[in-house]
Amino acid sequence: MTHVLLRHREIPDIGKLSVYQNNGGLAAFKNAVTKMKPGEVIDVVKNSGLRGRGGAGFPTGMKWSFADAKSWPHYMVANADESEPGTFKDREVMENNPFQFLEGVMIGSYAVGANIAYIYLRGEFWQIAESLDRKIAELEAEGYLGDKIFGTDYSLRIYTHLGAGAYICGEETALLESLEGRRGQPRVRPPFPPSEGLYGKPTIINNVETFTNVPMIMANGAEWYKSIGTADAPGVKIFSLSGRVRKPGNYELPFGTTFRDLIYKYGGGVQDSRSVRAIMPAGASSSLILVDDDSILDTPMDYLEVRKLKSELGSASVIIIDDTVSMDWLINKTVHFFRHESCGKCTPCREGTFWMSHLTERIHTGQAVKADVDLLLNVAKQMQGKCLCALGEFSTMAVVSSLERFREDFDKAVQA
Amino acid sequence: MSLAEKYPQEVQQILSKYPPHGKRSALMPLLFIAQRDEGYISKAAMQDIAALLDITETEVAGVVGFYTLYHEEKEGKYRIQVCTDLPCALRGAEGFMGDLCDHLKIKAGETTEDGLVTVEAVMCLAACDRAPMFQLQGPDAIEYHEHMTVEKTMELIGELKQSEG
Repeated sequence: MTHVLLRHREIPDIGKLSVYQNNGGLAAFKNAVTKMKPGEVIDVVKNSGLRGRGGAGFPTGMKWSFADAKSWPHYMVANADESEPGTFKDREVMENNPFQFLEGVMIGSYAVGANIAYIYLRGEFWQIAESLDRKIAELEAEGYLGDKIFGTDYSLRIYTHLGAGAYICGEETALLESLEGRRGQPRVRPPFPPSEGLYGKPTIINNVETFTNVPMIMANGAEWYKSIGTADAPGVKIFSLSGRVRKPGNYELPFGTTFRDLIYKYGGGVQDSRSVRAIMPAGASSSLILVDDDSILDTPMDYLEVRKLKSELGSASVIIIDDTVSMDWLINKTVHFFRHESCGKCTPCREGTFWMSHLTERIHTGQAVKADVDLLLNVAKQMQGKCLCALGEFSTMAVVSSLERFREDFDKAVQA
Repeated sequence: MSLAEKYPQEVQQILSKYPPHGKRSALMPLLFIAQRDEGYISKAAMQDIAALLDITETEVAGVVGFYTLYHEEKEGKYRIQVCTDLPCALRGAEGFMGDLCDHLKIKAGETTEDGLVTVEAVMCLAACDRAPMFQLQGPDAIEYHEHMTVEKTMELIGELKQSEG
């Protein structure tokens, strides 16, 4: 199948405006602005079944319809903060197929009535931001952005905005705080951004990959999109495959592709021909899937099926863990990550990640007693359901699942 | 001299991205300019930016302290920031980091004697399939260096040394 998102793999120069245009680019935006009402655009996206690719899988069209029509102006924001350990897909899109992403932002902005869109990129994506600025300038010069686009009353400007190193800014309300020039600390919700977001105004925030789907949906129709993937999750997904595989990388595949195909058919199998011991399908935020039965690898990857394995698909950053890895080492890594990235606003996360990191360090370095392992589980479970945002919850996922599913590793670490 | 006097065009261009009531949004981009200028963010720069945006110096310092790409102290002119997070660690990043530090005769977080390079371990940089990797944070830019070896890194440091004369 030819790519829907990673189209540069077939059309290497698609990052050039003329090449993008010659391959049908920007026709969907022009058609939307000149021939469709915003509500009609939203209906197409709703009917396509597109779900948000940032991790939560929320229906995109529905989110767009939530923009409060009684409060103006509206803002559109692209979340390009891509920081989940194991995720590197948005980067490939923005580096290689930037116009399709930008066209998605443009169509979305028109649909929700936004005249200003911000692209919030993690600070490390400095070079990508500079390149996007040049692409945006080209679109302005060609009349696709600016005032009275195609002679209509619609105006749109897009600006990039760089973060400065903080995982938490991928959380949408923390992102808005950061965009407003504050520390990236999540807001108490409700109100949700579609009613009160950037500068207190209705704001729609979507992931880069989500936006990149939109031009293709508008060009080929909702039915075409729904014919790909599964009923639970229509369309294609970019799976970021990493960890102990021979060919790590991004693989754009229909939802419902099995773990086995991703790992063996596309990823070239496990390094040194070892066996898969565990899978983290949603990056460092995953509950670990215990692969104690080979048939688990035949699970089709969509939101529903992965949930049946007591995990989440999230942003589909699939980290493969082989049988050389000990889980006390692994969660020591993930917990230190979350401790470092905790914003400090809510107590359960700030204190919980701190104490968990002391315990995992002690266990991993062989200085713990059995009671420390029980205490670790106790602390993690006390955090669950009590944090202000998902980060705190995420920090407990690998901990609780590995303690429940790979207990022997911890018993060994304690004895040793 | 204030940033607005020194780089009037650039500062104006940044301010123009945000609505008048959202002026504070310019804080983070302005901090990057200040850091480019001096290699770190000085107290004077924080005062200058606070005055420009009508916010307190404490609010500026709070933002500087929160984000990892802002530095309050002058260290190496270039920072080699190696990702040692889980996916990179599964592909040999910790060994690479250790070997690199041994080679430079420093520990993680330290700066080489000539003040050119600081080596730090950092969190995920979205390059998990190209480990070992690091970003090179210099005064003007951040560059990714992927599929790295100690030899390739030493070559890069050699080039930086030469360019510094």
